[in-house]
Parts: sequence; structure tokens; C-alpha cells
Amino acid sequence: MATELTSTNASKVASALLLARRKAGSPAMGMVMTFVVVTDEGDHYDALRAARAVSREHPSRILGVIRRSARGAANLDAEVRVGDGPSGEQVLLRMSGELTKHPESVVLPLLLPDSPVVIWWPGRAPEEPAKDPLGALAQRRITDMAAVKRGRAKAMLNQAKNYAPGNTDLSWTRLTPWRALLAAALDQFPAKVTCGEVAAERSNPSADLMAAWLTTRLEVPIERVLSKGPGITHVRLSTGGGDVEISRPDGVLAEFTIPNAPNRPVALKRRDTAELLAEELRRLDTDDIYQDTVKQLCLLAGHKPPTTPTSLSEKGEVVEDAAKPKPRKPSTAKKSSKR
Amino acid sequence: MTFFDPASDNPLRDPQDRRLPRIAGPCGMVIFGVTGDLSRKKLMPAVYDLANRGLLPPGFSLVGFARRDWADQDFAQIVHDAIKEYARTEFREEVWKQLSQGFRFVPGDFADDVAFSQLHDTIEELDRERGTAGNHAFYLSIPPKFFPDVIGQLKEHSLAESRAGAWRRVVVEKPFGHDLKSAQQLNATVSEVFPQESVFRIDHYLGKETVQNILALRFANQLFEPIWNANYVDHVQITMAEDIGIGGRAGYYDGIGAARDVIQNHLLQLMALTAMEEPTSFDARSLRAEKKKVLRSVRRPERLDLHTARGRYVSGWAGGEKVKGFLEEDDIPKASTTETFAAIKLEIDTRRWAGVPFYLRHGKRLGRRVTEVAVVFKRAPHLPFSETATEELGQNALVIRVQPDEGITVRFGSKVPGTAMEIRDVNMDFAYGGAFVESSPEAYERLILDVLLGEPPLFPQHEEVELSWRILDPILEYWAELGKPDPYSAGTWGPPIADEMLARDGRVWRRP
Repeated sequence: MATELTSTNASKVASALLLARRKAGSPAMGMVMTFVVVTDEGDHYDALRAARAVSREHPSRILGVIRRSARGAANLDAEVRVGDGPSGEQVLLRMSGELTKHPESVVLPLLLPDSPVVIWWPGRAPEEPAKDPLGALAQRRITDMAAVKRGRAKAMLNQAKNYAPGNTDLSWTRLTPWRALLAAALDQFPAKVTCGEVAAERSNPSADLMAAWLTTRLEVPIERVLSKGPGITHVRLSTGGGDVEISRPDGVLAEFTIPNAPNRPVALKRRDTAELLAEELRRLDTDDIYQDTVKQLCLLAGHKPPTTPTSLSEKGEVVEDAAKPKPRKPSTAKKSSKR
Repeated sequence: MTFFDPASDNPLRDPQDRRLPRIAGPCGMVIFGVTGDLSRKKLMPAVYDLANRGLLPPGFSLVGFARRDWADQDFAQIVHDAIKEYARTEFREEVWKQLSQGFRFVPGDFADDVAFSQLHDTIEELDRERGTAGNHAFYLSIPPKFFPDVIGQLKEHSLAESRAGAWRRVVVEKPFGHDLKSAQQLNATVSEVFPQESVFRIDHYLGKETVQNILALRFANQLFEPIWNANYVDHVQITMAEDIGIGGRAGYYDGIGAARDVIQNHLLQLMALTAMEEPTSFDARSLRAEKKKVLRSVRRPERLDLHTARGRYVSGWAGGEKVKGFLEEDDIPKASTTETFAAIKLEIDTRRWAGVPFYLRHGKRLGRRVTEVAVVFKRAPHLPFSETATEELGQNALVIRVQPDEGITVRFGSKVPGTAMEIRDVNMDFAYGGAFVESSPEAYERLILDVLLGEPPLFPQHEEVELSWRILDPILEYWAELGKPDPYSAGTWGPPIADEMLARDGRVWRRP
């Protein structure tokens, strides 16, 4: 059931939500979060479809924020949907005029009480998501640097420099199956890695993150080499006993190689956006491993890493990196909290 | 006992890195009775779904063993069809490719020495070609009477011995015996060949998300624990009702009956999880210790005639269809005294539960398919309202719905809108993710993964099984003297004596 509201405001939208829910017979929704999707008119259909698919696993109130032209009079049009398809509620908020600069004034009153807020920019994201007025409302800020049209590597580096706890990027999420396989490979062949390489197409933020992650964990040089793609095509870790390698030339089926064992095929499909988001929403606390990885990404690019509170130290107190005399390598900082 | 764990030295792993899933080490699984329903409808799809979610190790191999004249390709075709029909996740060619290279089939029956030595060779070949590294789980999806044969053969062909650093595990399905004595025998047979920690008894109920959520509900919240005791709880009802009859399972069901089939395992386990004290941690050993304490303190009613009930469905109309009675089902002998409905009252002799009866019931061809744990609270000791105002107010209840509509219901009184003060029961519903179900894994996925990882928190061990039989045996013996169970019409909520049993205590069954 959809309700259209034109030239409206947040409190009218809230009443429409309540009315729609009553009309649907006040079903039990068990919504666990508010999911804000910031998009433009062109991309909103796909983005919201992915968001709805995710609300199957994480029932949520989806607020689609669509910014139109900033010219003309300030105006808010809204579309409220309750009770068709997956559980939860969906509101599309189309903003124009001066209102495009103050979207948080509409979103704030519509957040679910007490529940976490997650924000996702499917396309262009603010330079500093945590300082964005909308981003500041959220505990979890999801960007996607692979969706940036040009200069992805630079954009990723920018996100890394402006990292704040709660930030995450789908380029990182895409790596999970790769990382799981690599970890499984070293479970099976536990040898000291001496060096490694990550091969991917030229502009691939995931590959850069992979190289950074491997560097922090293994503390050996990891080379980033170019290939034709799609995505990451192989990761090779050299050990004294031979190479551990996962290669995926076609973006679908990978080959898993460890010394002293036969090569085996492994399905390693590139996942769709809804699957990535579902993984992202499973945990809403700070992703410490991502934090270490983006710091390393900055170091590898010769930049100063972002200053953030690090994870709880062993004694349980929060240590401010900024309070230290000089920035240290995250890989050494890791040692203490590892076991 | 702790296993050697390579993960702790793996620089790519970190306890903080909770995105990384647990992938089992290199291994394979051998299914005995691979042509059976369970194997096709549950095990094979679960294996595929695990692979699709990236949780199976590269090189995972599946060996089928059955009395069929099949080659590996025929077996692969059977698995392919089973997956297409029953798998939860979408069929993907690349996942199939990853799996299908590891399919092997060994034809033979359980007394066939040649077949078992072929199985031995097949496993060694898999270790070479697929890198399964000597780690294999044997899944006995076969009637229990064949267990001794298969276990004996596994021993004889040294299939049960694990090399250093490798493991061999055996998985058995319920029923774990049909009384205490047979359960002990079965355990003796299995444990002669496999060490205790390598035996996995699958109770698929315990793999269900909602069952695990009982622990979260009770021990992660402050809200419920203070009232979870005899001071506030009047009684607990644990129900597992099925709307289907015994269907084609006559051979299995006749002589087993409702109590052995369901109460002994599922319902007693649900009761233990509902009633147990807080475990010191959530590892297998602490959980088991608490469950065992509950089972050990269970007290049966002295008058079994007054506080137990059993029944058998007769033909009738169920859900708009005319259905057969139990005795008219195929292959059921006319003289059968097997019950299809069983209800028992138990008490738990602990300070927490003193005087709180637990009513357990299970039946086939009941009103609808539902499994739930209902904690029914005492009435408020004093009501400042007039009697007419609270006439329609029942007892507060907290209901954990296990299936099919997973979630929690809280029942409490609320004012009826209007000028008069009138209080009536209302329900507050929490749907365990209205549609979580779609993405939440099947119980068998979780259990198979736990077997491969060697993490047994959800598997009952033989002590629990034996304690359960100790509770049930005298009741079964008493029933055996009675002859025919009471009839109830299919599609109803059981025989009248079940209602009388509760009426004696001044209570009524919930209509779930």
C-alpha cells in the first residue's frame, strides 16, 4: 500500500506511516534498525530494491533520501509504503530547493526510537562521511568506492584518510570470501609467508585493501600487480615450502592451490549488492580489522594514517592514537591485542 | 578436550575479525543409506547450501554408500536432482562444479567385505586426489538395527582409526535406542570403535535458530530471569503437534510411538533448555553440565494413571480432508498398541522449579503443525479491580514459538477501550524476523558444519540420552501393560483423557 504526499513535512510523513501501519492491521514488524539510503533519482530504483532485499534478513524502516535540484523553492515530496513485500516500512523522501542542504531535518524525526541507524551511499559519497549531517546520525556508514565513476583508487584513499569508527566500504565487504579462503589456505598449510602479490584490474579499491590487509597481517611486502580483471584475479603468498595461491580468472570459479596437495576448484562468485549489505548489517560495531587495513592503506600510499580511537587495549581502556608521540605502524600495534 | 587448532597461529585470523566465517578444514563425508529420504531431502541440500555459502573446505568430498548398482556419475545425478529440488539457496553452476568432482559412490550392503575395502580405497584415493587429508565423517542415515554391522565393518577395515593430526567422526540420528538398555548397548557398540568426542548424535531440533534463541532470551536479558522460577511461574507446557499422520513411515513408527519418537529427545531437550540454570560459559561442556543437572532432577508423578495420557488417531476430517486412522495406515498390524499421542507431567526437584509442573505433549494428526514452549505465570495475588472487570483475564504467558511461525508471544491483560473498566487478554508478538526464515540456515547445515568443525555444543551425549530414557522407561512400561491407547479423532487436540489429566491439576492445555 502506497501513500503519496506532496509539499509535506516530517510530521505528516510520520502520521502517514502510522496510518498505513494501522490500515495493514498493525502487523508485528520487529524492525531492528533504520536504514537510510542516499541516492539520486536515476539510481534510486536499484538501490531501494537492494535495501528491500536486505530487510528480509534485517527488518528495517528504509528511508530513501533523493536529492533533486537545489534550485527553486524548498520542497519535500514523500511516498510511504507499508506492508507489501518484505517486512518493515519504506519511505521515499524527495527533496529539492534549499532543503537539499538540510536533509537531516527530515530524517531525524523519522528514525525508529532507540534502534541503530545505518546509512548507505550507493553512488557518490561525502568526502568525510562521519562529518556529513546525515552521516552523523548513523552508527554505521556504508560507502562504495567501486561505484565511483573516475579515480576510484584515489577516492578509496580519501575514504581511508577520513576514516572514523563506524565507516565501512563495500569494497572491503567484497573481500570477505577471498579473505576466508586465504585464511583457510594458511590453516591447511601453516608456513611463514615471505612475500606476496595481489593481481587485479587497474582501478580496483578492493585489491588495494587486500594488499593493505595482507601487509598488516603478514608484515611482509605485498605487491599489487595489474591484470585484465574482472575484479581480483589472483592472490599469491610465497612461503619457503612453495606458493599458496587462489586464482580466479573468470570472476566465478577459482582455483585453490597449496603445496603438497592437489589443486581444487572453489566457487568464488562476485556477490550482488543485497548480499554485501546483508553481511555489512550483521554486525554494527566498529570493524577493527577494517580500521587497521585503512590505516595501512594510508601508510602504503605515504600518507599519515587517520587518528582514531583504537580498539580496547588489553587492560580495557580506550587508547587514543593521537595521544601518542608519533603514529605507529598498525601492524605492530596489533600484536598486543591479538591474543 | 582441546584439539590441535592451527587457526590460533594463523596470522590471517584474528578473534576481532568476525566477518571471516568458520570454514572446516580439509575433509569429506561418507553417507550410509544415501538413497533414503533424509539424505535426499536434508543432507545433500544442506551440503550444497554450505558450499554455496562458502563454508565447505576446498576439496570437500561426498561418498555415497548403498545397495545400488550405480557409478559415480549416477550418484552425482541423484545428488544434482536432490539439490535442485530441495536446496534452500539458488543453484549455481560453479558451486556444483566445485562439489561434483568430489562425489564417489560405493555399491554394496552392510555385510559386504568387498564393498568396505572398496570404501577404504576410495577414501585413500580422495585423500590423494582431493586433499581431504584423512579427515572423514561417517553419517549413519540408516535404521539403528544396522548400526552394529556398519560400526563393526568400519572397525574391521580400519576406517575408524585416525592418523595423527587427522580425525574420523561418526554421526548417528535419533532414535538413540528404544529404552535405557538398548541405548546403553548402542553406546557400547559405538564407543568400542569411536572415542566419545568423535560421536555426534544429531537432534536436528537443537540446530534450530529459535531453540538457540531460548538461551539468548533467558541469559542475555535482565527482563525475564527474575520471574523465571517457581515464585512466578505456575506451570510450563511444551507442545509439539503435527498435522500429518505417519505416512510411509509405518515400518519405523510401529512399536516406537510418540513418546520414544519425540518426547525422549526433542521435548526433554527443550525442557532442559527452558529449565536449566545459567551455564558458566557457552561451550559444549558447560551447556551439557547444566542440561544434565535438569534431567537428573526430574521427578515423575507417582500415579502414572492420573498424570500421563496416550492416544491413537482414528479416521476423521483433518483440515478439510478425510484421513485414515492409524490402524488403517499401510503396513500397520491390526493388533498394534503404538500410541500416536503422548502427554506426561514431570516435575523438577530444584529450588527454582519446586512445585512447577512441566506438561509435555506430542501427537500426530492434531489440530495444526506447531511446536512451542509456553511458560504460564501465576495470577496476580491481588487484583484491585472488581471481579467483573477481570472476568476475561487469563494467566500471563510467555510463549516461545519454535515452528512454524518462529518468534515469541507475550500474553497479558489490557483495558478494553471504553468507559467501563474491563480487562482482557492481549498478545504481543515478536516475529523472529518475519522473514528471517528465508535467509536463516536450515538446522542440518548448522549441524553438519559443527560435525566437520568438531564443535559439539548442540549434540547430546550418551549421558543425556540415558538420563532421558531413565525418565521415560517406567512410563513406557506402564503404558505397555495398558493395551490399546485411547482413540482421538484426527484433526483434534488429542484424547479426552489428556484434558482430564490437566483438569485434575485445575489447569487446561493451551490451544497453540
